[in-house]
Amino acid sequence: MSRTHSLTLRAILRHVLLIAGAAIMLAPFIWMISTASKPQTEVFSSELHLIPHHFALAENLREAFAKANLLRFLLNGVIVTISIFVLQIMVALPAAYALAKLRFVGRQTLFALVLFGILIPPQATAIPVFLLLHKVGLLDSYAALVLPFTISVFGIFLMRQFFKTVPDDLVDAARMDGISEFGIVWRVMLPAAIPAVTAFGIFSVVAHWNDYFWPLIVLNSEQLRTPPLAVAHFRNNEAGTSYGPLMAAAMVIIAPLVIAFLFAQRRFIEGITLTGIK
Amino acid sequence: MAQIELSAIRKSFDGTDVLKGIDFRIEDGEFISLVGPSGCGKSTLLRIIAGLEPQNSGEVRIDGHSVDAVRPSARNLAMVFQSYALYPHLSTFDNIAVPLRMRRLSAIERLPLLGPLLPGRRAKERAIRADITAIAEQLDIAPLLRRKPGQLSGGQRQRVAVGRAMVREPRAFLFDEPLSNLDAKLRVHMRAELAELHRRLEATFVYVTHDQAEAMTMSSRIAVMMGGELIQAGTPAQIYNDPGDIRVAEFIGSPKINILPGRIRKDGGIDVLGTALRLACNATAGDCRVGVRPERIELGAGPFSGSVVHLENLGAEAFVHLAIEGAGLRLIARLADVRHLPAMGSTLAFGFASDAVRVFDPAGKRIELRAEQAERIREPAHV
Repeated sequence: MSRTHSLTLRAILRHVLLIAGAAIMLAPFIWMISTASKPQTEVFSSELHLIPHHFALAENLREAFAKANLLRFLLNGVIVTISIFVLQIMVALPAAYALAKLRFVGRQTLFALVLFGILIPPQATAIPVFLLLHKVGLLDSYAALVLPFTISVFGIFLMRQFFKTVPDDLVDAARMDGISEFGIVWRVMLPAAIPAVTAFGIFSVVAHWNDYFWPLIVLNSEQLRTPPLAVAHFRNNEAGTSYGPLMAAAMVIIAPLVIAFLFAQRRFIEGITLTGIK
Repeated sequence: MAQIELSAIRKSFDGTDVLKGIDFRIEDGEFISLVGPSGCGKSTLLRIIAGLEPQNSGEVRIDGHSVDAVRPSARNLAMVFQSYALYPHLSTFDNIAVPLRMRRLSAIERLPLLGPLLPGRRAKERAIRADITAIAEQLDIAPLLRRKPGQLSGGQRQRVAVGRAMVREPRAFLFDEPLSNLDAKLRVHMRAELAELHRRLEATFVYVTHDQAEAMTMSSRIAVMMGGELIQAGTPAQIYNDPGDIRVAEFIGSPKINILPGRIRKDGGIDVLGTALRLACNATAGDCRVGVRPERIELGAGPFSGSVVHLENLGAEAFVHLAIEGAGLRLIARLADVRHLPAMGSTLAFGFASDAVRVFDPAGKRIELRAEQAERIREPAHV
């Protein structure tokens, strides 16, 4: 009887450890929300308190939106991440289909190259790509933000692995029904691969929404800035950093991801289990 | 409908010959079964007919025209796959509609958003709907049209797959082991349904299976394939009674045909297990193998004897497994009367009529027996 609700020492210890871990993970976010709610005077006060004495979230938000064109930056983020994702899918799906289902000379070699491509960190190719964009004259544009990421070797790899599990009979049935090879990719493989596409979409959108490195390198114009650059804009060496509005802006830019996560929580976890990558 | 001609079809995968020169002619309106053990190349042959796999050499002709350069869909054949291969994201209706939409709608009309707005689309879509409804009525799947394949049972999926094949009115139907995913009871039921469908449509059916029972019960003709070669083709009765090769004899029939070691004497007479049969042939003297079907073994009396080591009572019939002393050999006899089963371990005499004997040379080829010698070697007896 008592076994069902007895808290053993082990169980207590386990939960204490988990709570401690969660606290460490959440602390920066809580601090961000706390700072975003404090007026400038409290931010720099020597005493440490989480709950602001004077609640100033609205003022900070107002200042954040006044100081920088946050809506424009959010829109930039949406345009860039969506374009990257759509183009990645348009490249990765046909490529993955060919690697998974078509027989041609050099397929193994090509797939080995895809795997090799996964090993190369983006920073390694940053300077050559930068120079290339400079020569083409595309620096400081949406194209500069989107083009380098359109071919995702990770996406090709992920989709190829998933397509391998789609039965060959389905592809053959589509051929018998008169669907072309590209038609098979979009009308048969894509609907079958929705879980994999969702998983890949989550990785892609999160990575590119939060990307700070590449936009920082290729952008000059203020109106093209992506959300992470917008936050950095509040750091100002000359006039001193205004932390309240900075944290308020940070809150605004992570909000879309948090909301999306809350809506698609189950999908998100499914996706991560699917890829086996965390 | 269609007549399909295969000439000298060869196919190899990675240096392994899968098909070693197949010549075959499938007549218009035939129900032909390609049967053989797994790996014999029967599925590959079907895929070559369908155009899903290119042959290394040889030619496929449908109604006299070579189709080697013709794409699978343009060959106008329909295929039913082992896994049914229904599109998992489409409803039954849309699954059946795919081949019609692909053929009747132009590329622009098929576009997701723009397509339905085009003028001709409505009328075509109505015609497609009428065709699908008619097919669904025929196959008894009308109540399932809105369901997704995931919500259907195996037999229902099977029927939807047949519906998708029928709706395009193809020149011939190709079946790739369509019943092997069903449970035994349903398989027997679908066997009858498919045979009936063939009679009704009078279309050419090419049916691949490894199950000899399916081939025997449905086809008008059976083609037995082994190791990439087509060994024998004929009606089910011919294949069963007159196998040209020991592999055919062993593959067709369940339980398997009994093979006894035999010897051809110099005078053409045949000895089995040391007993002379009243049979003769014109083959050269030497070893041979003698096949007798289980139902032709007559228990109770005869020149041979064996001890009962196993009994299988199926209710309507029983199979008696006999071990032959000294020969290290087992054979199976069918007993029609299950009310009088022999005791386990008892020794039984048995024999067989001489017209039940099929003799094969050491290479497995059939040896013709001389007719005048074919008389019964013993009187029939009852157990």
